[in-house]
Amino acid sequence: MIRITVNGVARTADPAGPESLLTTLRDRLGLPGSKNACEQGECGSCSVILDGELVCSCLVMAADADGSEVRTIEGIDDHGTLNAIQEAMVGAGGVQCGFCTPGIVVAATHLFEANPHPTEGEIREALAGNICRCTGYGAIVRALTAVAGTEAS
Amino acid sequence: MDITLPRDLEAALAAAAAAPDATILAGGTDLMVGVNYHGVRPSAVVAIRRVAELQEWEDRFIGAGVTYRRLEAGPIPGLAQAARTVGSPQIRSAGTIGGNLGTASPAGDTLPFLAAVDASVVLRSTAGERVLRWDEFITGPKRNARGPGELIIGVRFPDRLPRRQAFAKIGVRSAMVIAIASCCVTRDEDGTTRVALGSVGPTPIRARRAEEMISAESRPTEATLTEFSRLVADEVRPITDHRSTAEYRRYASGVMARRLLERVLS
Ligand SMILES: Cc1cc2nc3c(=O)[nH]c(=O)nc-3n(C[C@H](O)[C@H](O)[C@H](O)COP(=O)(O)OP(=O)(O)OC[C@H]3O[C@@H](n4cnc5c(N)ncnc54)[C@H](O)[C@@H]3O)c2cc1C
Ligand code: FES
Ligand code: FES
Repeated sequence: MIRITVNGVARTADPAGPESLLTTLRDRLGLPGSKNACEQGECGSCSVILDGELVCSCLVMAADADGSEVRTIEGIDDHGTLNAIQEAMVGAGGVQCGFCTPGIVVAATHLFEANPHPTEGEIREALAGNICRCTGYGAIVRALTAVAGTEAS
Repeated sequence: MDITLPRDLEAALAAAAAAPDATILAGGTDLMVGVNYHGVRPSAVVAIRRVAELQEWEDRFIGAGVTYRRLEAGPIPGLAQAARTVGSPQIRSAGTIGGNLGTASPAGDTLPFLAAVDASVVLRSTAGERVLRWDEFITGPKRNARGPGELIIGVRFPDRLPRRQAFAKIGVRSAMVIAIASCCVTRDEDGTTRVALGSVGPTPIRARRAEEMISAESRPTEATLTEFSRLVADEVRPITDHRSTAEYRRYASGVMARRLLERVLS
């Protein structure tokens, strides 16, 4: 049995053996927002913020998250409405099939909390671990540079 | 599955002694791929990310639990450059230098630096401490000399690190890529030069003939640089696999080493 704080709420779960935190979140805690696409750390669609660090939840052994604090995409909004990053992603066409979007929004949120005005280069580097098969990244980067207020003039 | 989450080294060593075959879990970035893809089902796990002593980083010692994220921002240029090329931000916040040694992949990106500076690996169990030089610790591709019940405590450097250090890696893109070939070159004020390469042999390789030749040159000419490049390419032992060919790796090794040498000379 593990105790974790998920999006500010104390939860308990009983992960099976070495299962990943991603599996525990999706299948045991009813939080399917973090996506499972590769389960090998390559795509970033399962990104969460674990004790302040951006990680792939598919590579975290759930049993080792005992006592930790986890923020998932379900906890990243502005009191029930879309936050600025999410609005910008929708507005700029940064969401197509949407499968990568939760991971991108979590990674971008982590970036903006540390650095509110990242440059395009910093945005691209921060998203290097998030794969999008639809947009070609242009629209995502445009959305995020707009939020950062650092659009190339 | 039994898991222990020790907070200090004494508790971690006791847990490893109580279950000598337990799987040590650090950042999980190698281990969980095994769990998710290769059916790895450990019966006992000692998870060490909370162990305070393994987070230590003093002058000439880096604890096994130090992540790429910390190495990237740290004061050792060769390691910082190598750490910055690892995976993605997500991988760098979890993955550790101890895990890179534990996996001992020929493509491990911290390994060329550790080989270039002749770093030692500090191992400890309840029975005592062992300090092995990098080439005693890494015994083959994905094989190392860690014994049952032993933890990798960290890496220790010789007295002084060379002042000039440079690392580079070749892959199909600039992020999230396992090295096709990697190289670290260091040079000291007195000209002593070290060249270590990764992904071009079963373990990291030191290009000793190239080192000897170039260390004696205070101002290498175009001809000596070309000869240096040739010697490096001659000393690597690459194979052809799904990532690249032996021929390309050999050629790239010489080019990369020469470019890094020019960087540490400038
Ligand atoms: C998407 C992705 C990209 C990657 N990119 C790179 C890359 O660019 N370059 C690179 O070098 N690697 C890369 N890796 C591999 C991996 O991130 C590194 O090897 C990393 O250093 C492993 O560290 P960890 O803390 O996550 O180890 P873990 O997965 O926790 O452990 C790895 C092994 O080491 C053992 N171990 C760990 N710590 C200790 C200890 N203190 N004592 C004894 N045994 C120990 C474990 O038992 C296990 O066998 C990548 C991995 C993924 C998933
Ligand atoms: S599902 Fe975790 S990185 Fe792809
Ligand atoms: S919108 Fe489809 S993968 Fe990114």
